[in-house]
Amino acid sequence: MTWIIKNLWLVPALPILAAAISALLRRRDRIAAATLAVGSMAASFLLSICALLHVLTSRGGNPIHTFNFRWFQFGNEWLKLGWMLDPLTAVMLVMITLVGLLIFIYSLGYMDHDENFTRFFCFLALFAGAMLGVVIANSLLLLFMCWEIVGLTSYLLIGFWYNKPEAAAAAKKAFITTRIGDLAFLLGMVWLYAKTGTLLFYDGGAGCLENSALTHLVAQSTAIGLTASTGIALLIFCGAAGKSGQVPFHVWLPDAMEGPTPVSALIHAATMVAAGVFLIARAYPLMSAHAGFPYTPTIALQVVTWVGAITALFAALIAVAQFDIKRILAYSTISQLGYMMMGLGVGGVAVGTFHLITHAFFKSLLFLGTGSVIHGCNGEQDIRRMGGLRRHMPITFATYAVGMLALCGFPLFFSGFWSKDDILRSALTWSVSRAPFYMGAFGALLTAFYMTRQVFYVFGGRARLAESSRNILHSSHAAGSAHASALPRESPTVMTVPLVILAAFAMLLGFMGTPAWPWFQSFLDGTHTTFAVSAFSGLAVLPVMVSSSILVFCGLGLGWAFYGHKPIQHADDLDELDKLQPSIFNFLGHAFYLDALYGATLIRWNTWWSKVCDWLDRWVWNGAVQSVSFCVLGIAHFDDFFDASVVNSGFDEGCQGVSRSGQILSLLQDGQVQSYMRIIGCALIVLVLYLLWGAKA
Amino acid sequence: MILAVLTVAGMASAMGLRNAVHCVLALTLGFTGVAALYLQLDAQFVGLAQIMVYVGAVAILIVFVIMMTHRSEPAAPPNFISLWTVGSVVAAAVFAVLAWAICCSAASTQGLPPQPGVTVQQIGDALMHRFLLPLEIMGLLLTAALIGAVVIAMGHKEDMK
Amino acid sequence: MNSLQNYLLLSSLLFSIGFAGALIRRNAILVLIGIELMLNAANLNFIAFWRYGPAPAALTGIMFTIFSISIAAAEAAVGLGIILAVYRHFRTTDLYHMNSLKG
Repeated sequence: MTWIIKNLWLVPALPILAAAISALLRRRDRIAAATLAVGSMAASFLLSICALLHVLTSRGGNPIHTFNFRWFQFGNEWLKLGWMLDPLTAVMLVMITLVGLLIFIYSLGYMDHDENFTRFFCFLALFAGAMLGVVIANSLLLLFMCWEIVGLTSYLLIGFWYNKPEAAAAAKKAFITTRIGDLAFLLGMVWLYAKTGTLLFYDGGAGCLENSALTHLVAQSTAIGLTASTGIALLIFCGAAGKSGQVPFHVWLPDAMEGPTPVSALIHAATMVAAGVFLIARAYPLMSAHAGFPYTPTIALQVVTWVGAITALFAALIAVAQFDIKRILAYSTISQLGYMMMGLGVGGVAVGTFHLITHAFFKSLLFLGTGSVIHGCNGEQDIRRMGGLRRHMPITFATYAVGMLALCGFPLFFSGFWSKDDILRSALTWSVSRAPFYMGAFGALLTAFYMTRQVFYVFGGRARLAESSRNILHSSHAAGSAHASALPRESPTVMTVPLVILAAFAMLLGFMGTPAWPWFQSFLDGTHTTFAVSAFSGLAVLPVMVSSSILVFCGLGLGWAFYGHKPIQHADDLDELDKLQPSIFNFLGHAFYLDALYGATLIRWNTWWSKVCDWLDRWVWNGAVQSVSFCVLGIAHFDDFFDASVVNSGFDEGCQGVSRSGQILSLLQDGQVQSYMRIIGCALIVLVLYLLWGAKA
Repeated sequence: MILAVLTVAGMASAMGLRNAVHCVLALTLGFTGVAALYLQLDAQFVGLAQIMVYVGAVAILIVFVIMMTHRSEPAAPPNFISLWTVGSVVAAAVFAVLAWAICCSAASTQGLPPQPGVTVQQIGDALMHRFLLPLEIMGLLLTAALIGAVVIAMGHKEDMK
Repeated sequence: MNSLQNYLLLSSLLFSIGFAGALIRRNAILVLIGIELMLNAANLNFIAFWRYGPAPAALTGIMFTIFSISIAAAEAAVGLGIILAVYRHFRTTDLYHMNSLKG
C-alpha cells in the first residue's frame, strides 16, 4: 500500500488533466466532457479509498507520511514542495471525492438543458483537482497555489451564467472579498518563511509545523507583544476567514448563490468553504503552539473561537428572515462554518473536522434537494411561491427532511446531532469563557427554527406555484420546457439517486463519532478506542446531549407553531414573524444592513481611490508620457526641418555650386587650341620662375 | 653672328609672312641656318642630318600639305587670331624669363673646350652599343608613324572620289 | 658668339619666336611650323651644351639630337596627316573654325 504515497499526486492530477482536455473540447462534445470529469473523479475516489486503507492499516507508527521534492533553486537555497498523507488528509480526500462524484452525477441531470454543459464540467473538474491539491499539500506554498486556483474556479463557476449582471457582480464580489483574506494569508506565509526558512509542513523534523520551528517561533515576540507564532497564526486565520465566510468577510456567500445549484452544493457548502476550516486544522500545531501554559488556549485559538461563535449566531439570525430558498441555506452554511471554527478553537482538530465531514454530506444533500425543487418548479426560487411539494416530489421531500433533521441536530439518528454535540460539549468546558457555549446553543435553537420554517413553506401547505406570475424559465431550463406546467414534478432518476445516497450518509456518518465509540476522533488523533457505553457518563456528556435535544425540540415546535399549524395560503401573505415584529424582521432580512454599510464606507472609499488613481494616470503619468513624446516629436520635426533646409539645401547648394563652377570652368574650353597653348605658356613661365627661386634660395 | 642673324631672320619671317608657301621657304632658310650653327659647334653629322631630314623631307612635306589644303578663296582669311596681342605677350614673357634664367646662370664666359673630333664611326658605334634599344624603338616609332599617317590621311573611298 | 650663353640666348629666342607663331597664326600648318621651330631650338640647346659641356666624348648630346630629329620628323608626318583629315572634315585649315571640342 505504500505505493499510494508516491502516487498521491494522481489524486488531484487526474481531475486537472480532465479539465485541461475538456478545455480543448467543442461545445458539442458534452458526453466526452462529462465522461472525463466523472471518470477522473471516480478514479480519484478509488485512489482516496486506497489512501484511507493505507492509513488505517499503518496505524501505530508515524501517522504522517510525506513525499517532498525540490522545486527550484535560488541562490543557495532550494524551494521544496511536497505532499503528505495523514489521517486528516485521508478523511478529507475520501469526503471530497465521494461528495464530488455524487454532485457530478447530479449535474449530469441538472445541467442537461444548459448549452454550456462542456464548460461547466471543465470548471468543475478543475475545481475538484485544485481542492484535492489543497488537501494533500505538504507545503504552505503549494497549498496557497491550489487555494488560489480554488478561488479562481469559484469565480468562474459563480459567474457561470455571465450574461446575468447579478451573477457577474456576485462572482466579482466573491473573488475580491476572499482576496483580502488571501493577502493576509500571503503576509503570514512570507513571515513564516522568513522566520523558519521552510514552508514544508513536515520534513523529517525540519518542517515549519514541527517542534524545532515551533519553539523558535514561540520564542520570538513582535512589537505588540504577540509572539511570532501568534502573529502568523492570526494572519493565516484571516485567509481562512475570507474563504470560509466568517463574519466580516461573509458578504460574498449569499450572493454566490447566483451560480448553478450543483456549484452551490459542491463549492459553497461542502468543500471550498470548508477549505478555510481545513487550513486551520492543518496549521493547528502552529495555532496552538505556546510556551509554558498548556491549559490556557493561545491567543490565536481564542480569536478563532470568538469569531466562529459570533458568525454562528449572526448568520442564524439572518437566515430566519430570508425568502430565497438558496439564501436560507447560504446563511445556514455561514452559521455552520462558524460552528466549525468554534469547534476547532475550543476542542481541537478532531471536533472541528468531525462537524466539517458531517456538514459536507447533509449540506450538499440540502442544496441538491433545493436544486431538485427549483428544477421541478421551473426556476422559481422564492419560497413564498412554492408549497405543497411533498405530494408532487416525494423523494425530494424525504431526502430533504433527512438533511434538515441532520442539520438541526435531531437526536440520535442523525449525524449532525453527534458532531454539534461534540462542539457544544467542548465549548461548555472551555476554560476562558462560557459565552461561546450560550451563543452556540441559541444558534442551534435558531437553526431548528428556520429550517422548520423553510420546510413548511416549501413542502407544506397549499401549492402556490400557480400564483407565480413571473414563472420565469431560466435560460438553462428554457430548452426543456416541453413539459412546463403550473404543477411541480419530481426530478429524473439521475438527480434523485445521489440525493438518496447522501441521505444515507447523513444518517449513518454520525455513528463514527459518538462518545461511546469515538472512532473518528481517535483516528485523527492517532489513538485507539473501544466501544464503551460508560463513556456516556463522562464529563458533561449526558447533560449536553439532553439540553441540545431540548433546544432542537423547542425550535421544531416553534417552527411548527408559527408555520405549520396554519398552512400558508397565499404567496402574498405576510410572514408570521413579519406580523409580530416587522422592524426586527426587516432588519434581519437585510442582513443587518451590512452590505449597505460596506457599500457606504469601503466601496465608496475604494471608488474614490480608484478615481484618484485614474486622475493620476490620466494627467500625471499620461502627462509625463505625452511630454516625452512631445519632446521626441519636437526633435523629429526639428530633425526634419534641419534635414530639409540645412542638409538638403546645403547639399543642393553644393551640387549647384559644383555645376555652376563647372559651367564657368567650361567657358575655358572654347575649343581653340591656341588658347590652351597660351595657358601652357603661362604655366611654363610660372614653373621656370619657381625653379629659379628654388635654385636661388 | 651673321649666322645667328640669318637664322633669326629666317625664322621670324617664317612665322610672319602672309603666304604659306613663302613661310615654308623662309623656314627652309632657317633650317639651313641652324644646320650651319651645328657645323660651327663641331657637330658635323647632326648638321648634315638636319639638312637631309628637315630641309629635304619635312619642308617638302609641309609644302605638299599646303598645296593640298589650299583653297582659292575670294577673300583670304586674316592671318592672325583676334587675340594676337595676348599670345605675343605670353611668348615675350617666356623669352624674358628664359633669358633672365640664362643670364643668372653660371654658364657665363667659359672657355671653349678643345675640339672633340667626333667621327661617324663613333656615332655608329654608340648607336649600336649603348643606344641600341632607343634605336630599335625609334625604328618602331617611325614605322608606326608612317603607317598611321597613311591611314589618317587616306580617308574613305568616297572622299577620294 | 663664342660663348655658351650666347648660344643659349639664341636658342631661347628661336624658341619664343616659334612659340609666338604657334600662338598667333590662324593656319594650322603654320602652327605646326612653329612647333618644328621650337624643336629645332631645343636641339640647338642640346648641341650647345654638348660642345661646352664637361664630357663631349660621351656623345650624349649628339645622340639625343639625332633621336629628337627623327622623332620630330615622324611627328611632323603624323601631324600633317591629321591636318589633312581635319581639312577633309572642316573644308578649311582655319583654326578658328575648329572648335567642336568647345565645352
